[in-house]
Amino acid sequence: MEKTALFNYILGIADNNLILGQGLGELCGHGPNLETDIALTNIALDLFGQTRSYYQYAAKLSAIHKTEDDVAYLRKEREYKNVLLVEQPNTHFGYVIARQYLFDVFNYLFVEKLQHSKDETLSAIAKKAIKEVSYHKRFSGDWVKRLGDGTEESNQKMQEAIDGLWQYTNELFEMTEADEIALKAGIGVNLSELKEAYYKEVSEVLKEATLTIPENPYFQKGGKQGIHTEHMGYILADLQYMQRTYPNMTW
Amino acid sequence: MTLIHEPKIEACLRDILQTVSDPEIPVLSVLDLGVIREAIEEDGVVKIKVTPTYSGCPAMDVIADDLKAAFSKVGKIVEVDLVLSPAWSTDWISEEGLKKMEAYGIARPLSETKDKDALLGNEKLVKCPQCGSTNTQLVSQFGSTACKALFKCDDCQEPFDYFKCLK
Ligand SMILES: [Zn+2]
Repeated sequence: MEKTALFNYILGIADNNLILGQGLGELCGHGPNLETDIALTNIALDLFGQTRSYYQYAAKLSAIHKTEDDVAYLRKEREYKNVLLVEQPNTHFGYVIARQYLFDVFNYLFVEKLQHSKDETLSAIAKKAIKEVSYHKRFSGDWVKRLGDGTEESNQKMQEAIDGLWQYTNELFEMTEADEIALKAGIGVNLSELKEAYYKEVSEVLKEATLTIPENPYFQKGGKQGIHTEHMGYILADLQYMQRTYPNMTW
Repeated sequence: MTLIHEPKIEACLRDILQTVSDPEIPVLSVLDLGVIREAIEEDGVVKIKVTPTYSGCPAMDVIADDLKAAFSKVGKIVEVDLVLSPAWSTDWISEEGLKKMEAYGIARPLSETKDKDALLGNEKLVKCPQCGSTNTQLVSQFGSTACKALFKCDDCQEPFDYFKCLK
């Protein structure tokens, strides 16, 4: 597979982890209690670890971005390929959990398939990641049920979160040009094939959580093409501040 | 399966490797933890392959520095390579390592199925490292580090870390 296409394919995977991890990292010290605080930051750490492996690989393929840090910090908003779901802001805990769960189910199905990639590096990252992602999904899934099937208030907040975030789920399965090329090369995952399993699993858990799936939803997309929601600029401002202000700084 | 994953470590390097400890569980050496996948000496350079326990494990950079420092004391140059595959598993922690871990106050990982039952709260299986009781309960699936979960003993009332099974 040609280098630029592979580079783009890797970013399509890694940027999701980076941006979601950044959102979770923001909650460090602000979780509703100590245990969930630690859990969310641990999940962020796993996501950053995976991202780091992907970016290290991407940097080897790029003529412009020499290091993993360049890839992470020195791109413009339009060059980030993450889905809109992961850039949605931290509002209340239920919303954070819903965002996490809707991503975790996808991420698990995705890395499960990526393990069989013909690309040895991607396959190795996926084999490492799947063990971690299974913990994430268990954590977020448990909380979806606990809050959904909880008090009247927690149920209502959880339902609001699902109603608000559902429109971003379909984009997870959109095949970009890089996805198509990687799939043909035996390196990439066929995202459209994950869709049925995803909605089946999510529906079952939401049902158990006494939550309902929005009817006749309109789905949003654009993130994979670099067209982001208004939240993305704020995330990048935080993320890139140090490198933009003090270029090449290290510690 | 265990045979395939048997690390290739030259006997003469073992003594020094044994002195390098895991920064998060200092009673365990990197050998006890099973993160050293290869250590060979070639043309005067010690080449070491290390695998992370978790992708984002912050201890990895420290371990690489400590390895370099330990070997530089005996005048040897070290090259450390990070390898991801095959992925680390708690099965790679040595029996001696598991004993040291328990003595240090961390409950050892259960088998995969028992681990799941314990973490889902279905069954009381995790043994308190303080008093040995299995009358314990999960406080949080995530503990002080990504590899551990937080438990509490209902007999001696002490909280403790449980090293989660990873396969
Ligand atoms: Zn006890």
